[in-house]
Amino acid sequence: MEQLLNDFSPGLFVMQTVLLLGLIFLLVKFAWKPILNSLESREKGIQDALDAAEVAKKEMQNITADSESLLKEARAERESLLKEARELKEKILADAKEEAQKEGDKMIAKAQASIESEKKAAVADIKAQVATLSIDIAEKVIKDELSNKSKQQKLVDDMLGDIKLN
Amino acid sequence: MTKILRKPNLVLTALFIFLLQPSLFAKSDEGHEGAVDTKDEVGEYILHHIKDAHDFHLFSYTDSHGERKHVGFPLPVIVWSSKGLTTFMSSKFHHDDSGHYIVEANGTRFVKLHSKIYELDEGATTVSFDEEHHPTNAHKVLDFSITKSVFGILLVGLLMFIWFAGLARQYKKKKIPTGFGRVLEPLVLYVRDEIARPNIGEKRYREFTGYLLTVFFFIWILNLLGLTPLGFNVTGQLAVTAALAIFTLIIYTFKGNKGYWGHMLWMPGVPYLIRPVLAIIEVAGAFLIKPFSLLVRLFANISAGHIVVMSLIAIMVTMKSEMGAVGATSLSFVLSFFITLIEVLVAFLQAYIFTMLSALFIGMAVEEHDHH
Repeated sequence: MEQLLNDFSPGLFVMQTVLLLGLIFLLVKFAWKPILNSLESREKGIQDALDAAEVAKKEMQNITADSESLLKEARAERESLLKEARELKEKILADAKEEAQKEGDKMIAKAQASIESEKKAAVADIKAQVATLSIDIAEKVIKDELSNKSKQQKLVDDMLGDIKLN
Repeated sequence: MTKILRKPNLVLTALFIFLLQPSLFAKSDEGHEGAVDTKDEVGEYILHHIKDAHDFHLFSYTDSHGERKHVGFPLPVIVWSSKGLTTFMSSKFHHDDSGHYIVEANGTRFVKLHSKIYELDEGATTVSFDEEHHPTNAHKVLDFSITKSVFGILLVGLLMFIWFAGLARQYKKKKIPTGFGRVLEPLVLYVRDEIARPNIGEKRYREFTGYLLTVFFFIWILNLLGLTPLGFNVTGQLAVTAALAIFTLIIYTFKGNKGYWGHMLWMPGVPYLIRPVLAIIEVAGAFLIKPFSLLVRLFANISAGHIVVMSLIAIMVTMKSEMGAVGATSLSFVLSFFITLIEVLVAFLQAYIFTMLSALFIGMAVEEHDHH
């Protein structure tokens, strides 16, 4: 113990105190403060970047979900549009068919009516011609009869037999 | 200045060359001193090394004329004597440590005795000793010399400043340091995150981290420097460890909050009769036991480490007659090699323990107490 106390140098103690004080002051001012500050700002930067990445990830997820729902919607709309178009097509076709049917019917009816009237006219014409012919024949017969009685008789008979419903 | 500082290795090399250049005190002796051959001489040499020194001694050899030469460089001696501040170079003592050479400076006489500088009393021309080898006609002076330890402190201070100011400057330009700064950064982070933060607490650790970082690197680098053949023993000097411990004591005493003092002087929650007794114990703990545990632990560990390593190295001298030169040398090499490895660990461990305990004591002083 005595040896230790004898070895203790007050001068060295003073020097160490002064130098350590100076060293602490210098290092705090020129080293520790800037180092710790930049370490902290760097750590904060890293933390912020991580947080931002987390937020971005969440946003990304939201966007994906959004786009998926949008896609679904679009698909559904396309489906419905197609369906509508198909229905429209069918309706148009059906309408057209009906129209055509009606038109056809009308035309047929018209044609039939016109045929009927033509026929009537033709029959009337025939009747008229028959009448004229009959008169002409009658005239000739009468004229012939007037010249040959028996022959006339026979002629009248033949003619009548020919004319039997032309 | 800043441009030069950017090349720290250059600065240090230049410093060493400058210091070695002027007066390699390749000076001679009659050969009675220096050679270390017997057990007593080994013991004395080790004890001498453990102490502080006034010159920087590198090695000694005996030249062809049988003269003992010492190689190293002198350091300035600065003492406060009866005639005021006196300075001279330590080379004036001619590497003498037994009071043989007497240096006259500033009108008074000085001798160096066991690494201490004594001023001779008025009129005395030689030192006389009593039976216990204490000088009778000389007294100690206040010695502010740039001793080997002070030189070590200055060297480490300069190193730390160059390294860490360099690291600080790196952060101005880039986020992640390169080169040696990449080694230093994790160490800084280690002290901040493993020592300061957990022991002091998230709220106030920041204001003490500068002190803890300084102390940690100061002790660690000086411990490591002590393991080099340069033979520094700075952290094994009581004066140095005492100053370090007192710094911690001052910090936790002045930064201690109301709760800390309250718990020390008038412990709540115990019977009133016991409180004064506890106060005595607590005060003794805060002002004596804590700083003493700090200063003695560091001093004893480092000094003991030096003594053990040097004793093991000395095996090659002391066991030569029993084991032969080869046997003694190999045994000494193997043992001192392993102990040196352990000492490298101890160098870190002691720096860590000192810093950790300082942080713990400061943490206890600034801790927020719940109101009971």
